[in-house]
Amino acid sequence: MSTEVPVAAGPSAELARPPAPEQPPGKRRRPRVPLRARLRRDWPLLLMTAPAALLLLVFHYLPTLGNVVAFQDYNPYAGDGPLSAFLASEWIGFGNFETLFGDPAFWDALWNTLSITAFQLIFFFPLPIALAILLNSVISGKLRGFIQTVVYLPHFFSWVLVVTFFVQMLGGAGLLAQELRQAGIEPPNIMTNPDTFIVLVTAEAVWKDAGWGMIVFLAALAMIDPNLYEQAAVDGAGRWRRLWHVTLPGLRPVIVLLLILRLGDALSVGFEQFLLQRDAVGRDAAEVLDTYVYYQSITTGNFGFGAAAGLFKAAVGLVLILAANRVAHLIGERGLISRQ
Amino acid sequence: MSGARPVWEEKPTAVGLAGKGAALTAMALVVLIPLWSVLVTSLSSRQTINAAGGMVMVPKGIDASAYVTIFSGGIVTRALWVSTMVTVAGTVVSLTLTVLAAYGLSRPGSVGHRTLLFFFLLTFLIYPGLVPSYLVVTGVGLKDSLWALILPSAISVFNLVVVRGFFQGLPHELLDSARIDGAGEFRILWRIVLPLSRPVIAVVGLFYAVGYWNVWFNALLYIDSNDKFPIQRILQSMILQGQSPSFSGQSVGSLPPTQAIKMAVVMVTVAPIVLVYPFIQRHFVKGVIVGAIKG
Repeated sequence: MSTEVPVAAGPSAELARPPAPEQPPGKRRRPRVPLRARLRRDWPLLLMTAPAALLLLVFHYLPTLGNVVAFQDYNPYAGDGPLSAFLASEWIGFGNFETLFGDPAFWDALWNTLSITAFQLIFFFPLPIALAILLNSVISGKLRGFIQTVVYLPHFFSWVLVVTFFVQMLGGAGLLAQELRQAGIEPPNIMTNPDTFIVLVTAEAVWKDAGWGMIVFLAALAMIDPNLYEQAAVDGAGRWRRLWHVTLPGLRPVIVLLLILRLGDALSVGFEQFLLQRDAVGRDAAEVLDTYVYYQSITTGNFGFGAAAGLFKAAVGLVLILAANRVAHLIGERGLISRQ
Repeated sequence: MSGARPVWEEKPTAVGLAGKGAALTAMALVVLIPLWSVLVTSLSSRQTINAAGGMVMVPKGIDASAYVTIFSGGIVTRALWVSTMVTVAGTVVSLTLTVLAAYGLSRPGSVGHRTLLFFFLLTFLIYPGLVPSYLVVTGVGLKDSLWALILPSAISVFNLVVVRGFFQGLPHELLDSARIDGAGEFRILWRIVLPLSRPVIAVVGLFYAVGYWNVWFNALLYIDSNDKFPIQRILQSMILQGQSPSFSGQSVGSLPPTQAIKMAVVMVTVAPIVLVYPFIQRHFVKGVIVGAIKG
């Protein structure tokens, strides 16, 4: 097992390598084997890759190009399909973006999104690290396995299910309210209170994913050389000093990597989760960028405007992830994308 | 790392042990209590539910009539059937294409390798956004087709990278000797690579299957006909929007309590995940983490 990249979630580890260093630099043998011979040798590989590449082309890259409708007054009824409608629609330059930046609801949605991201960075992000360290200190393998099995489970539930469980437990007719009423206490309004909504969505995210988030950290913990702990202990370091000087440095690359990924995704805070609860809580608290795009485009047919909002989000996301990666390089971490 | 406590480690204090025990118990209960409560309520009679006030924690006898109702035709039965079909078909399509592409991309130096790899990996940085995706999916004629729940999300490049990493970690000598013996690439993939890759196939298969079973938003977006709604849409409309579903063949008076029916729908939505996942879970670290690191 290669220990170059200590532990990383899949795509990151992949991107952390410069793409396919097949030849040592300097003596790249280029066309030694003629293309025709290589084709004869490799055509099955190309054939195998083709169907997946085709799907990405149609359902990923074609829509990416389709973002140009952001510069159109796109009229879905101008043709008998999206393509002819696109060809018939009028180009309006940056008109959609002007409308977007002039819309107070957009700034509200952006503010909500960023507040929730910041809140979750503080109250959600460190939790899997702490839980992993806690669980890693459990000596009984059986107990550890049982806890892992249980707390990974909600990660595989849909958001519909997660919100359903929260409604059944904490909602007005849920388990908590029912027990409180029987004890003569008026239950608090948890599921529909806009003021505490940020806490609620964070609690839901924690319930769903904090357990699963441990998995990378547990793997990273398992790779820390036990001799380091022993030597630290022999040198007189207590368990807290060992945590600070051995455990946390061992986790540092993974933490940095996940932070970069989270920052690059700062404008996404769980679309389905918010769409499902927006009606119950109200727009003021629950409108985030993704739901804003949805309600401004799909439900109203205002596609050009929705594409503009989506394009803004994608562009900011790309800038954020590259910036975070840059910062990681500056502080001496490998980050997500290596310099080539 | 498992086994006995290392000699150099301090003996845990009583307070520390108690705190740790409490934290672990809380972690487990916070997941198990909701599941238990929903399960028990779905199996309770009207009297038990009314006496408890809505959610039942202590079972008093078993009444499976809610399950009989939702499985005896009507919209829930149909939605379960739709979700099962989408999950099975989708997982087969996704796994097949992912494994093929992962193998096709696993040989540095092959024709177009760099370009193709870049083509796949770039999707991590650039993503299309909701509106253009909607326009393309409807534009290629998938509106109100169950394929709209499968094809646009059939390839997860993350899963592909994991599988590819696992393939690249297999012993090269094995593949080379098969190649010298004249085996073609498809044969090598089928006969040598796949049998060695069960852990990663199981885990990635689970990821795909769970994704298809959980599909909700794409169904909201693309599916208009009630009879093509997957189970998550039904769950949403029943619990979060409070609509009561229609059941054929029974008059309203003879129906089991609504609460039991709702909780039974929750349970049948949870059940496939709870039943399948423990068998795959042991492969998680082996299949995914190792695959990812090697990648």
